[in-house]
Amino acid sequence: MGPEHAITVVGLNHYFGHDEARKQAIWDVNLNIRKGSLTILMGPSGSGKTTLLTLIGCLRDVQEGSVHLLDQELRDAPEAVLVALRRKLGFIFQAHNLHESLTATQNVMMGLQVHGKGNARLQRAASHHMLGLVGLSDRLDYLPGNLSGGQKQRVAVARALVSNPDVIFADEPTAALDKVSGVSIVRMLKQLGQERGTTTVMVTHDNRILELADRIITLEEGRVVSDTSPI
Amino acid sequence: MSRFLTWLFGRLPIGWLQLSHNKTRLAAALAGVAFANLLVFMQLGILGALNNSTVAPYTLIRGDILVSSTEGDTLTDSGNIARTRMFQALGIAGVKSAVPLYIGTLPLSMGDGTSAALLTFGMDTAQPEFAAPWVARELDALNIESTALLDKGSRGVSASVFERLERGEPYAFEINGRTMTAIGTVDVGGGFLADGTLVVSDQTFLRFNPKRSGGAPSHILINVDDGASVQTVKTRLEAALPAESVKVQIMQDAAAADLAFMSTERPTGIIFGFGVLIGIIVGIVIVYQVLSTDVADHLKEYATFKAMGYDQPFFLGIVFEEALVLAIFGFIPGFLASSVLYKALASVTNLPVEMQAGTAILVFFGTLAACTLSGAIATRRLAAADPADLF
Repeated sequence: MGPEHAITVVGLNHYFGHDEARKQAIWDVNLNIRKGSLTILMGPSGSGKTTLLTLIGCLRDVQEGSVHLLDQELRDAPEAVLVALRRKLGFIFQAHNLHESLTATQNVMMGLQVHGKGNARLQRAASHHMLGLVGLSDRLDYLPGNLSGGQKQRVAVARALVSNPDVIFADEPTAALDKVSGVSIVRMLKQLGQERGTTTVMVTHDNRILELADRIITLEEGRVVSDTSPI
Repeated sequence: MSRFLTWLFGRLPIGWLQLSHNKTRLAAALAGVAFANLLVFMQLGILGALNNSTVAPYTLIRGDILVSSTEGDTLTDSGNIARTRMFQALGIAGVKSAVPLYIGTLPLSMGDGTSAALLTFGMDTAQPEFAAPWVARELDALNIESTALLDKGSRGVSASVFERLERGEPYAFEINGRTMTAIGTVDVGGGFLADGTLVVSDQTFLRFNPKRSGGAPSHILINVDDGASVQTVKTRLEAALPAESVKVQIMQDAAAADLAFMSTERPTGIIFGFGVLIGIIVGIVIVYQVLSTDVADHLKEYATFKAMGYDQPFFLGIVFEEALVLAIFGFIPGFLASSVLYKALASVTNLPVEMQAGTAILVFFGTLAACTLSGAIATRRLAAADPADLF
C-alpha cells in the first residue's frame, strides 16, 4: 500500500452462511483507491458491490484477504480501532437513516458530536452552514417526517460531510434526488476530493453522474470485471 | 427541556428526544411508572401505619426496663405475668422502682349505638414517673372511679365528643353495660388491633375487666437507680427471674422487637412487605417493556450511529437517560397521587398513614434504581444494531 492510497484491498474473499449453505459473495478482489479520488462501484444487483463497500468501510468483518483503510489493517482489528477509524469516515445511506426524533440540524450535529469537539453552539452553527450548502437553510428545524425524500437525502449528505471525513462511503446517494440536485451533490463530493483530499467510494446505478467519476469499477458475481477511468 | 438536557449531558439528549417524539407512548410509559410508584407508596404507607401504630402505645409509658411474659408477642398483645415478679425485681440491686401495667381491650358503646374497641391501659396513678409527662399530668384525676382519658384518634368516636372534652365537659359512655366517663384526652391513634386507646387507673381497669386479676398484670415497668447501668440491671433481672416464663427487655429494645415482630411474623406485615416487592417488580417490567420496545424501534438509527463511530457507552447513555426521564417524570405524578390517597386513607381509617420525607426519598431512589436495572436489561437488545445491515 502506497502513501497515495486511501484504500488497498488484496486477495479479498467473503462468504455468507455456514456449512452447506455457505455462499461466496466476493472473489479474490484486489484494489488500490487513490486518496482524493471519486470511485464509483457499479454492477447488477447481487454482484457484491454493497458487500465490498461494507467490508472496506469497516462495517463488516474481513474473513479472508487484507483491507487497509487509512493505513490501518482491518482484518482482526479490535473493535476500539474500528470505532476510532469509523470516526474518520462519512456514510451516506440510500435509505437516509435519519433519526426521526431529531431535527435536520440535530441530525447533522450528530456527525460532529461523535468527535467530542466544540460546544453545542459551535456544532449547531457548523451544522447550519452545512445544511445551507446543500440548500436546506429554510428547513433547519424540520423533523425528517416533514421533509421530502430528496431533502432527507441532502440532510444525510450534510451529516456525512460536516465533520470533514477522510473517506466517504455512499450507497445510491442520488437515487432520491432530481438530476440537478444529484449532480450538485456529486460535484460537491468531487470538489472535496480536490480541495481536501477526501476520498469517495460510491455505489450507484445513476448514469447521470458517471462522467464525474475518476474511476469506475464494475463487479459481477463478486468479481471485478472492469476498472476504467472515464476522464 | 432539550437545551437544559444538552447542557446537562454535554450532548444532544437523544433519549429524551426519542421519548418525547411519541407523546402517546411517553404518556402511557409515565402512567405505568406512576402506577408502580403508587403501588409501592400505598404498601409502604400502610406498612408505615402498621409500624407507627405498633410503637405509638410506647409514647404513653416511661421506664428503663420492661418485664413481660414470654407468652406475649408485643406490648399490646401480651400474656400475663405474676405480680410477685415485681416484688422479686424490687429486691435486685440497681432497681429503683417498679410498677404493674395492665393492658386489655374494652368495647366502647356510645349513645347513638356506635361502638369501638379500645386498647385500655391501666396505670398506677400513684407513680406518675412511669407515665409520659402529658399523661402523668392527668393521672390524679383518674383516681376518681370509672374515669378515663379517651384517645382523640379513636375510630368511630364523633369529633363532637372531643370538642366537649377540650372544653372541659366530661363525656359518659358505656363499656360492658357500665358507665365510664372520659375526663380528658390522649393522642395515640387507632391501629390494626384496636380502634383507639383508653387510659384508666389500674383500679378502674380491674373494675371493667372482672376476669383480670390485680396479681397478673400485662407487664412490669422498672426504673433503675440514678447512675446505674440499665444493661447491668437487665442482666441481673434475667439471672434472677425464670427465663422460661419471663422476658426482660430494655424499653427501646422492646419497641424495636415489636416492630420486627409485626413486620416479619405477623401476616399483615408480610403481606404489605410482599406488596412493596410486587410494586417494584411491576415497575421494572413496565420500564423494561418501554425501553426494550424503544431500543427495538430505533435499531436502525443506533446502527447508523455505530457506523458513524459512536461507541457502546454512548448507546448505554441513551438508554439510561431514558430510564432517568421515566423515573423522574413517573415519580412526580405517582408521589402526588399517593399523597392524596394517603390523606383519604388516614381520614377514613384514622390510621397514621402519612407521607414521610424519608419514604418519598426512598421510593424516588428505588424508582431510579429499578429504572436503571430495567435499562441495563434493555441494553442487551443494542447488540442487534448491526451497521452492516444498513446497506
